[in-house]
Amino acid sequence: MTSNIDLVINFTYVISAALFIFGLKLLGHPSSARKGNLVSAVAMLLAIVVTLLDNNIVNFQWIAIAMLAGAVVGFFAARLVAMTDMPEMVSLLNGVGGLASVFVAWATIQSGAGLTAFILVVTFLALLIGGVTFSGSIVAWAKLSERITGRAVTFSGQAIVNVIIVLAIIATGYAFVAQPEIALTSAQVLYVALALSLLFGIMLVLPIGGADMPVVISLLNSYSGLAACAAGFALQNNILIVAGSLVGASGIILTNIMCKAMNRSLSNVLFSGFMPVHKSDMVIEGEVKPLSADDAFYVLEAAQSVVVIPGYGMAVAQAQHVMKELQLQLEDNGCEVAYAIHPVAGRMPGHMNVLLAEADVSYEHLFEMDDINKRIENFDVAMVIGANDVVNPAAREMKGSPIYGMPVINADLAKNVFVLKRGMASGFAGIDNPLFFKPNTRMIFGDAKETLGNIVKQFND
Amino acid sequence: MEAIYLLFILLLSIFVGFELIQKVPATLHTPLMSGANAISGITVVGALALAGDETLGEYAMYLGAFAVFLATINVVGGYLVTDRMLAMFKKKK
Repeated sequence: MTSNIDLVINFTYVISAALFIFGLKLLGHPSSARKGNLVSAVAMLLAIVVTLLDNNIVNFQWIAIAMLAGAVVGFFAARLVAMTDMPEMVSLLNGVGGLASVFVAWATIQSGAGLTAFILVVTFLALLIGGVTFSGSIVAWAKLSERITGRAVTFSGQAIVNVIIVLAIIATGYAFVAQPEIALTSAQVLYVALALSLLFGIMLVLPIGGADMPVVISLLNSYSGLAACAAGFALQNNILIVAGSLVGASGIILTNIMCKAMNRSLSNVLFSGFMPVHKSDMVIEGEVKPLSADDAFYVLEAAQSVVVIPGYGMAVAQAQHVMKELQLQLEDNGCEVAYAIHPVAGRMPGHMNVLLAEADVSYEHLFEMDDINKRIENFDVAMVIGANDVVNPAAREMKGSPIYGMPVINADLAKNVFVLKRGMASGFAGIDNPLFFKPNTRMIFGDAKETLGNIVKQFND
Repeated sequence: MEAIYLLFILLLSIFVGFELIQKVPATLHTPLMSGANAISGITVVGALALAGDETLGEYAMYLGAFAVFLATINVVGGYLVTDRMLAMFKKKK
């Protein structure tokens, strides 16, 4: 059965797979990452072009229209999206990838040709994972863009509803595989399965709060790969399996890193919305010492070293550009400036790094949590910009705090701590932060962009 | 047997993926995700085979074509936005 064309196609897929792997390898360092992305794109182009040689593909009309339309949408989305909206963009791309797998699975079932039990199982999986990825990503996107509340959404009986959905999915899956003739002739089973998977995706992401979004996005990223992988099994296509599992592995690793950075298990992140709210008897009280931007300037002018700890608040205030200005001023003044990035700062893995890169901050100025913690005592000033939980010393010193044990940046150990904050609300986790009451902490209230702007102005004068 | 071969491929590529991605530094995690998004657009290859095969019936072709559209968004959007981000990662002058 294998014609020469099939051989050529599959051989090219091998080359393509090698290039994908090589591209990912180059992505391991910032200096070669851009080349890596290009290599990966070439691998994709190669796979697409060679697929079009397939003898079975005879009608190019719809393919041309679909590819053109997709390319236009993709091009403009990539060009127009603001760097601060990257978490939303990645969520949407996850969702679109999942939906593509749903339609591949759907089309496979519709074609109805030569469907063995094995193919039915994997097709059902592709449909299921794709559907969950799609609806879950849409909910994540809505949460990130604040179209719906970012808080965990729960209702009584939610756990029971979820169990019912899972049982229903299993029942549908069984009906699908055990009695394919019904599934193939009447589309009802297919629609029910699809609806259930979409519903399950929504139920999965709704009870997860905004601060846990880095985990959810990574997990959905992984699912979008696994859905492609399942579609690969359904179509018996090697390159889909290789590329899909690379993405799946990548997402799982990121999920794991994010969970570790919060000292929580994945199941805790996914289901903690159902647990009763942790009421701590510990009272965190003390006196907050506010500081004006003018006074902050005098301290910064005298400082020899400053460490900046950004959080989601910096993204909201769009303060990264003015922070870069301040960095230049400080450096002109003979001061060393470092940025300390917590793995879960922001709403997705690496969120802060992208924002600072956009503001032209060299990646050589960015340090990971462990590097900074080793020498945090040596810094004259730690500037906390819109971060809260990731600098909360309760994680280190207060047993019984909900975030006890989470690795944090020990900002409170620096000689002086400036916390730039809008007002005195507690962080996303709803936990009070004893950092604000430490004797070496000064609170600079107000919009971070304005505050930093004022300090820069002082330097200019 | 075909299924077993495919499982072999799955197993090996998951191991390769784990090894490679563990080495990606935290700085690059966002571009890694958007780049991975683009790679998951590989579904387009499967979708193409469905969209252009007239023997599968018109309905399957339309569904396939829609999958081609979606996956192409992933491929084009994913690679371009990753490139845009990576272009910003600079060393100090």
